[in-house]
Amino acid sequence: MMANRHLAWGLLLPALLWTLAFFAAPLVIMGMYSLWQRVGMKLVQTWTTHNYQQFASKSFLFESLVNSLEVTATVTIISILLAYPLAYILAERVPARWQRLALVMAILPFWTSYVVRSYSWLLVLSEGGILSNFLMDIGLIAEPMSFANNRGATVVGFVHFFVMLLTLTIYASLVQLPPSYRKAAADLGAGPVRSFIHVVLPLTLPGVMVGAFLTFVLCIGDYITPQILGGNQELLLPQTIMMQISRRSDFPMASALAMILMAVVSLAYLACARWLKLDRL
Amino acid sequence: MNIRTLPAALYVLLLYGFIFLPVLVLVLFSFQESRLPVPPFDGPSLAWYRAMLADDRLMDALVNSVLVGVVSSLVAVTLGFLAAYALARHRLPLAGLLRGLLTAPLTISYLIIGMGLLITFNSLGVPKSLWTIGIGHVVINLPLCFAIVYSQMGAQQAHAERAARDLGAREWQVIVLITAPMLWPALFASFFLSLTFSWDEFIIAFLVSRFDVTLPVEIWSMLRSGLNPKTNAIGSFVFVISFLFVLLLDLVVLRKRAA
Amino acid sequence: MSVPAVEFRDVSMRFGDIEALSGVNLTVEEGAYMVLLGPSGGGKTTLLNILGGFLEPSGGRVLIRGEDLTHAPPARRPTTTVFQDYALFPHMNVAGNVAFGLKMRRVPKREQQERVAQALDLVGLAHTAGQRTHALSGGQRQRIALARALVVEPSVLLLDEPLGALDMKLRRQMQHELKIIQQRVGTTFVHVTHDQEEAMAIADTIVVMNQGSIEDLGPPERIYLRPVSRFTADFMGDSNLIEGQVVTQRDAQLTVRSALGEFELPGVAEPGTWVTLAIRPEHLHTDPGDGRLGLGNAQVLECGFYGTHHQCDATLASLPHPIKVRIDQKRLLQPGDVLPLYLDPSDLVVLAR
Repeated sequence: MMANRHLAWGLLLPALLWTLAFFAAPLVIMGMYSLWQRVGMKLVQTWTTHNYQQFASKSFLFESLVNSLEVTATVTIISILLAYPLAYILAERVPARWQRLALVMAILPFWTSYVVRSYSWLLVLSEGGILSNFLMDIGLIAEPMSFANNRGATVVGFVHFFVMLLTLTIYASLVQLPPSYRKAAADLGAGPVRSFIHVVLPLTLPGVMVGAFLTFVLCIGDYITPQILGGNQELLLPQTIMMQISRRSDFPMASALAMILMAVVSLAYLACARWLKLDRL
Repeated sequence: MNIRTLPAALYVLLLYGFIFLPVLVLVLFSFQESRLPVPPFDGPSLAWYRAMLADDRLMDALVNSVLVGVVSSLVAVTLGFLAAYALARHRLPLAGLLRGLLTAPLTISYLIIGMGLLITFNSLGVPKSLWTIGIGHVVINLPLCFAIVYSQMGAQQAHAERAARDLGAREWQVIVLITAPMLWPALFASFFLSLTFSWDEFIIAFLVSRFDVTLPVEIWSMLRSGLNPKTNAIGSFVFVISFLFVLLLDLVVLRKRAA
Repeated sequence: MSVPAVEFRDVSMRFGDIEALSGVNLTVEEGAYMVLLGPSGGGKTTLLNILGGFLEPSGGRVLIRGEDLTHAPPARRPTTTVFQDYALFPHMNVAGNVAFGLKMRRVPKREQQERVAQALDLVGLAHTAGQRTHALSGGQRQRIALARALVVEPSVLLLDEPLGALDMKLRRQMQHELKIIQQRVGTTFVHVTHDQEEAMAIADTIVVMNQGSIEDLGPPERIYLRPVSRFTADFMGDSNLIEGQVVTQRDAQLTVRSALGEFELPGVAEPGTWVTLAIRPEHLHTDPGDGRLGLGNAQVLECGFYGTHHQCDATLASLPHPIKVRIDQKRLLQPGDVLPLYLDPSDLVVLAR
């Protein structure tokens, strides 16, 4: 439209400035901090890769990244394996008019608060909790025991959340699949199994990948779930970052770790970029 | 039910059981009589709901959460809508880059966004408050609102806007009388989605707050005292409120679409 | 001499490397029903968009009632548009749509209501005032769009392929209504279409556009019967085009020699110039009539039935290509049948090659 370019910039400006001031600039500042150093209680503003060297040499820092990657990979794989059959059954076997209700039910626990969700698992897994009680009732264990405060509990807490998320994205790609494809496959002589492997699975892969990427990003950046359920035998990267901030007030070190976390997420994004079109959100 | 569907049905039941187990336990033991939310169940009792309502810090945090949520969501929807309108309707240089910048926060962990804000506010000497939480929540919700509204800006609106200009509407009249009303479902959905995300957001609120905190942060500090039926009560309460949010969103937006 | 409703002065438009309009000069008289006709890409829609203010021309000027509005935005022009997709506002009812332009012009509420009622009456849809627009049929939506554009009493009403979305029967009916409404309100209408039947049925003046320029301009009968270019002759219905050469020229009378014989025809061209002779299929007759010229016997190749007539392709020994002939609807012909053909030389049109 003519003569309205100034107006367009005017409308865009508030959102742009907000994003630049409170998102882009803080990231740049954080990047600068990561190249500074804390000595004693003082911030020394000379460029150094000290923090990154520390990360590479100090085992508990580097291990927290390894732990995070291991936990995230486990969670992503288990969640996909559990969610795909569920999404498939919902899309294919459940009568159409019940599907909506079934989906709403599947994501209902999503609406408990994020913090409360992990706490709820503590109720189930802790010593004297529901699980321990149940196992005692059926005589599998003699004494109350705790299933919380370890990596397994963290994984359970994560999987609980991401199964819901992945069921949604996979279900969405399954119902978008035109039935004619499968009819064509059957018409050309493919049985249900081969039709699934050669037609359904490849065509729903984008839905799986979108869900897997979201799982990866949300999982590797989460502090709450491991902090509540994981105990203190091992730390994940976000916990290490928070420890640098709250216990040691070492912002340069925390910044360096955050940059590393961001780099890992970016790598994951690049790896899945062909399936993800954020523009289409 | 035949042999073929039985395994499928069992699978669904098991998974739904897994999904619902913690929520049911949470709600059940919020009605516990004694001090520990573990078996055996000795309720029902509303004692812990009474304790929750009597907890001033908790109630303050609840009010704070609503305030921060409503204000930050309004800001996010407004900025997102205006930016979407500008980018969808005008050919600007570097439009692809601008869209990318506006949606970039979607791909960054909240922890990193919160840390960046914390360091920035610290180095500028900005005191931590509900305002700083709100700023953070706009950062995470603005890209969402922008993306939703932008995706809904179709040719139909563009043609209606052109007709309105043709009939003598000024640019602000086009936005207020044509574009916004036509995008009402998208705006409404963005607002409520933002509200839900803000309501549930923990890490940013935790990092950039001090004395006045939001509900998730207050619940977090309650967790330090271990398992406590009062936490169950507030958790169940939050669950019901969030669920009503979603129900409302669903009713209003989906009814509109169906109409 | 009154001021014309619209004047385009040397208007040109470039989109990158593409020249959509090259130096168009056109005057639309007050109260005219002008139709811009042409194939897609001919420049007619570009010209309409420039008139409505949706495009700014690369060069030239646009005057509306004598005022230079080349650079005025749509909102500041005394023009309104009936869009191809109608662009009715889905969140307002019918009355709200029609009142919109009046509201923008700050017309008092009372007067708004009266004028909306009048406009709806004009298009015969007074009973729909309170209805939502998506409940209406295509023809009704079209009429609401017309009422919405007319109610603000524009100097010029622009119609951008307004009947394009309607089925054939409804389209013919709406053509008729548009013409009647235009005559009743007396507003200048500028109407874009690629449908030549529609153009001929409603226009006072047809402007044939091709490749960004005006090919021909005039009343429908003249455009159809005496086209000035090969393009117009071909675009406005079927024509048989026959090569010929000018033998002599005297007092704007040409003697043209062609495979069909020598004809005395009005025109101006140097002797020796190659020209094209155009003859409509319905101007080839199968009886000698009153002083028609015999062309010899043609052999029928194939025929198609069009309701009002048959149209046949037939070969004449003297011509290298088959020609199109119209035959009475009740006469049945088979391929191979022989037809004697006659024409009235005054139906021939001389065109540049």
